[in-house]
Amino acid sequence: MTTQIASQSRGRPSGAGDAPTSTGSRATRVLGILTIVAIATLALFGLVLSPADANQGDAVRILYVHVPSATFAYVGCFLTTLGSALYLWKRSQWWELVAYASAEIAALFTAVTLATGMLWGRPTWGVYWVWDARLTSTAMLLLLLLGYLAVRRLPAEPSVRSKRAAIIGLLLVPNVVIVRQSVQWWRTLHQKPTLFANGLDSHIEGLMLFALFVGFVAIGLLFTWLLVHRFRLAWLEEQLDEQGLDLAIAERRAEAAAEVAADTGVVAP
Amino acid sequence: MHDALLVAGKDLRLELRSRVALNQVVPFALLVLVLFAFALDPDRGLLEKATPGLYWVAVLFSGLLALQRSFAVEAADGNRDMLRLSGLDPAGIYLGKVLAVSVQLLTLEVLLLVGVAVLYTTHLGGWPLLVATVLVATAGIAAAGTLYGVVAAGLRVRETLLPLLLLPVLAPVLIGSTRAFEAALGGTPSEGWPWVGLMGVFAVLYVVAGVLGFGPLLEEA
Repeated sequence: MTTQIASQSRGRPSGAGDAPTSTGSRATRVLGILTIVAIATLALFGLVLSPADANQGDAVRILYVHVPSATFAYVGCFLTTLGSALYLWKRSQWWELVAYASAEIAALFTAVTLATGMLWGRPTWGVYWVWDARLTSTAMLLLLLLGYLAVRRLPAEPSVRSKRAAIIGLLLVPNVVIVRQSVQWWRTLHQKPTLFANGLDSHIEGLMLFALFVGFVAIGLLFTWLLVHRFRLAWLEEQLDEQGLDLAIAERRAEAAAEVAADTGVVAP
Repeated sequence: MHDALLVAGKDLRLELRSRVALNQVVPFALLVLVLFAFALDPDRGLLEKATPGLYWVAVLFSGLLALQRSFAVEAADGNRDMLRLSGLDPAGIYLGKVLAVSVQLLTLEVLLLVGVAVLYTTHLGGWPLLVATVLVATAGIAAAGTLYGVVAAGLRVRETLLPLLLLPVLAPVLIGSTRAFEAALGGTPSEGWPWVGLMGVFAVLYVVAGVLGFGPLLEEA
């Protein structure tokens, strides 16, 4: 769907009056309804139908949101790096906007991951935060994403801003990998990774596994829906910027023409 | 390589004549050491125990100042355009900047080592590991710092942007250098060498990224 709207608007001159005025389309509306249905299903399975965990109690239900959010946060990071690379390589504005949109949504999902993780940690471990390798590297991931977004949102010339942001976006995934690796070494040198050793993967009951699966579907749909809308919004913003400049120039020209007309009008009689 | 030496020579000559790093960054670094002593009671032996961490945090913060300075000298009087017009290879300019920053950082680190030895009564030992750590960590900080420095350079928000961009990226260097120093000072050097390797990979990665990315970044408006 994104390609469609992109190629459509690309074909038009930027000042065209029939440019899309909303980020919605029939496809995204269907996608949005599917997302709502999936989230309702997740609430049903996650909160009602699936049993409480033997060790973690009801806190385990947080994980049906937490784990998919973390996964799609990484998907977003990957898209940011991919988009930045393709922008630098092919000078494609389309990919640059994909990188920007997915970085923003990845930051959102990383924040959700951290928040739900802390809410889960409090009843399970007794504290909101531990210096576990996963927690620390997720926090660093959020900071790296905020750095990218800080550059991308600079009030600078679009080409300058895009290029600098793309360099940072390109380095995002390598940085995440290095930071993760070093944090993992850092923690495992000191203490054994006890936190997840007896928790998650060892025994997942059928209904809980299904709830987690529904979580992946729901969060995946939400991610796609947000991404499409964010991308279209960024596209429209870009159009508006260009159009705004054209309009301002046209206005100044009209003013100048009017002044000349007024001057000659005074001189003539 | 010749270009790199030219640029490095230019930056170091600038520093020799203006003495900004010597007169402002070095005192700042020593000030940080004193501030740590105020924050952590010197009588409890915490300072000596925490020396590796405090030392590298001080290096990072004062190194940021040195990096800002390295790009501030290019910002004035359209120097950026001059560099582009000079016909120097962008990779050479990048390597020259890295070299100049490294030399300044190394000077700073030697002075800070003397500082912790005197002020925190830290007994320095494990010299091979200590020297290797200082060298690879410096290369990593200078390589990444120069690349992110040029990303932030010329923007109105550069002073606040560079720390936000650079410090998370340098987290592996801080972790690695601190652990390696702990191993060296604690008399268990074998634990420190893997960290030196990690920082070496980091430095190589960033030098490659800088050599490739500096050209496009310099070319823009």
